[in-house]
Amino acid sequence: MAEETQTEAPAVVETMVVKVDGREVEVPKLTEDWQGNLVPTTVLQACKHAGNEIPHYCYHPKLPVAGNCRMCLVHVGMPGRLGPDGKPPTNEDGSLKIDPMVLPYERQTPKGVIGCATNLVPGMEIYASSPETKQMREAVLESLLINHPLDCPICDQAGECKLQEYSSEHGQSESSFAEYKVHKPKKVNLGPRIILDAERCVLCTRCIRFSRDIADDDALGIVNRGSYNTISTFLDTPFDNNYTLNTVDLCPVGALTSKDFRFQMRVWFLKETRSLCSSCGTGCNTLIGSRENTMYRYEPRENNAVNGPWMCDSGRLNYKWIGREDRLSEVTGASGWATAIIEISAKLEEAQPGSVAIIGGARQTNEELYLLKKLANKLEAITDSAPRSGQGDNLLCCPDKNPNSAGSRLIGIANEDLGSRFAEIAQGIEAGTITSLIVFGDDVTKHGIDETLLDKLDLLVVSDILPNATTSKAHYLLPGCAHTEKRGTFTSVKGQVQKFMKALDGPGNARPEWEFLHELAENTTGQNGFSTIEGLFNQMAEEVEAFKDKELTWASLGNEGVTVEI
Amino acid sequence: MAKEVQRVKLSLWERLFFPTLINGFKVTLGHFLSFKKSKVYEHKNKTNKFKTTLNYPEELWSVPEGFRGAPYLVNDQDGSTKCVSCQLCEFVCPPKAIRITPPGIDGEDAHREGAEKMPEDFEINMLRCIFCGFCEEVCPEQAIFLAKDYYEGYNEKLMNRDYALTGSNREEMVFHKDKLLERGGTHHDRIKKWEKKTQDAKEQESFPVTMAEKNIND
Repeated sequence: MAEETQTEAPAVVETMVVKVDGREVEVPKLTEDWQGNLVPTTVLQACKHAGNEIPHYCYHPKLPVAGNCRMCLVHVGMPGRLGPDGKPPTNEDGSLKIDPMVLPYERQTPKGVIGCATNLVPGMEIYASSPETKQMREAVLESLLINHPLDCPICDQAGECKLQEYSSEHGQSESSFAEYKVHKPKKVNLGPRIILDAERCVLCTRCIRFSRDIADDDALGIVNRGSYNTISTFLDTPFDNNYTLNTVDLCPVGALTSKDFRFQMRVWFLKETRSLCSSCGTGCNTLIGSRENTMYRYEPRENNAVNGPWMCDSGRLNYKWIGREDRLSEVTGASGWATAIIEISAKLEEAQPGSVAIIGGARQTNEELYLLKKLANKLEAITDSAPRSGQGDNLLCCPDKNPNSAGSRLIGIANEDLGSRFAEIAQGIEAGTITSLIVFGDDVTKHGIDETLLDKLDLLVVSDILPNATTSKAHYLLPGCAHTEKRGTFTSVKGQVQKFMKALDGPGNARPEWEFLHELAENTTGQNGFSTIEGLFNQMAEEVEAFKDKELTWASLGNEGVTVEI
Repeated sequence: MAKEVQRVKLSLWERLFFPTLINGFKVTLGHFLSFKKSKVYEHKNKTNKFKTTLNYPEELWSVPEGFRGAPYLVNDQDGSTKCVSCQLCEFVCPPKAIRITPPGIDGEDAHREGAEKMPEDFEINMLRCIFCGFCEEVCPEQAIFLAKDYYEGYNEKLMNRDYALTGSNREEMVFHKDKLLERGGTHHDRIKKWEKKTQDAKEQESFPVTMAEKNIND
């Protein structure tokens, strides 16, 4: 969506000048709305351009504007009404006369407008930091806090809560509300992954708009009247689509919280690391929240070329395996890494050309697949990656459940049809022409190379993260790292080459695959490589056609990645 | 340039250690023969007018006002754990002596209705603790206090409290939740905010459309 509008947008952006806090700011006349259509720029966006962010709850750049929280009230000055001559009133020096807005029936009282839904008018003055605006904010915030339970010590949102942030900026230490608070339902099971605390809700309806307009599952609504207003699902319909956890991110307060993250860790302890989701080929950008080598959550990271600010629940909750007890952590078949690498290199050097097959799983990074390809070229080996498929949908989920099948194709490990060479490899082993097999990150017994065939091999080198039938047969087992434990790049199904950073340390003696593959490739091929991920990526980018066309470097990938031709 | 300090040249007599030794004995003897009472031990020494020392540990030092002893968790008057595991003390602790294990979604229900949350474990490493009192200051629930109890007589159990913080190995000096609660004792909670909140909610006229039947505990 975003890409289309970028190409359609006129080359020269029309701008207009407005005053924010007495300072003239040039802002574009039109701005993209949540669907990517160009609509008139609003007061809130103009203030953002001016570097003065107006507090808001219900407004979200990727959701339709509702304008119901009133937090973004600002005092503005408008040009006067057109006179009898058809011209707006002017000052004595001929400049446009700007009148601060006042209530029509009470001309001494300033009148605010909601920043999120008020379009800019040429000549407009926005008093974003004036005492009038501040007073409006304080009043709105006080009214939002009327029924708030003030239970920050037990609330999971504490630390990333807009209500807390704005209270410390614009709030008052005491409430002038003397009556009893309305008590609303707490700990409501809204769906399989969501808990609602209705007392904390400020009724911004972000969750309702998200479910209705983005997730296309109109499951939520507001029931009851007045101060009994409550978010609810319809009757007993559970709120269980695959995107529900995005409402937790959207919720500016602690009303909607994640069951998975409930009472697990306070957010201020979490270290954020830029990463990617490895659950399918979409390659959603994520932030890993970890503390002391334990991962607590995934959060989506905004990247409009890939996932926008969203990610699916299945991907978001697919991180528990990283901390599993049975993770492979020791080298088997040799006394340690050094001897294992030397022994394997020696055996590969002796191998007849064509007698080696290499399976490079499409869960490995581009760099690792590139090193495997280097090995394969030297050994004239046959290579492939195992396919993984599952359910996809129209929003983010991709039917290809490998995070890097596009990378595997581009680097030349697999052809267009992943897994098509497995039969050939099985025949080769059966016939005795293939005597050595190197497997990275795939269980080949599930793809036609069963255990009896594995027994026939002279050399079986396996690197994986979790134990499976193939790892139990390995002559040399090299424990690898999950993508959260190393750096590297994935290529998404749409050709987006994106990098991810290291958040955790691998278990035991596990090492990132590219590190020991680099040593193996250097020993076997006799060519020097790069022992840093940056150097390795840059070297790969010069040798792989698709990457070379875009002149990729590790630095040029940035945080959002670069799209290559696939 | 560094400033050169001129050292005082000592005479031979001063360089011998005997004079200082004799000076030291003089101080000891002075105290031994002293008829003045020490102000610090005044309270304990009512019975013995001339005593300037304490028979520790049989006699205990009276802890002055504002003394910052070891931090302990407290129960309220109903015997419920007050801590709600907000982890602010863990965050504010300068030497990182506090470590809280949050309950997670399957954790034990909080003792007090409405408080929702209670720590699964609460560790304070007393070897790391610097007794700064930040934890007491930051606590939004008044659940942790630096002990400064005044002792009436000798009590073997109480001996382990505040200034007599002892242990024979490192593990013993890491106090867990149960030990901290036992030593912290009871704090009289005048506000009882969670109880008040729950009470208010119960007294409220019925809520129009409730979703109570879908409560998470069911």
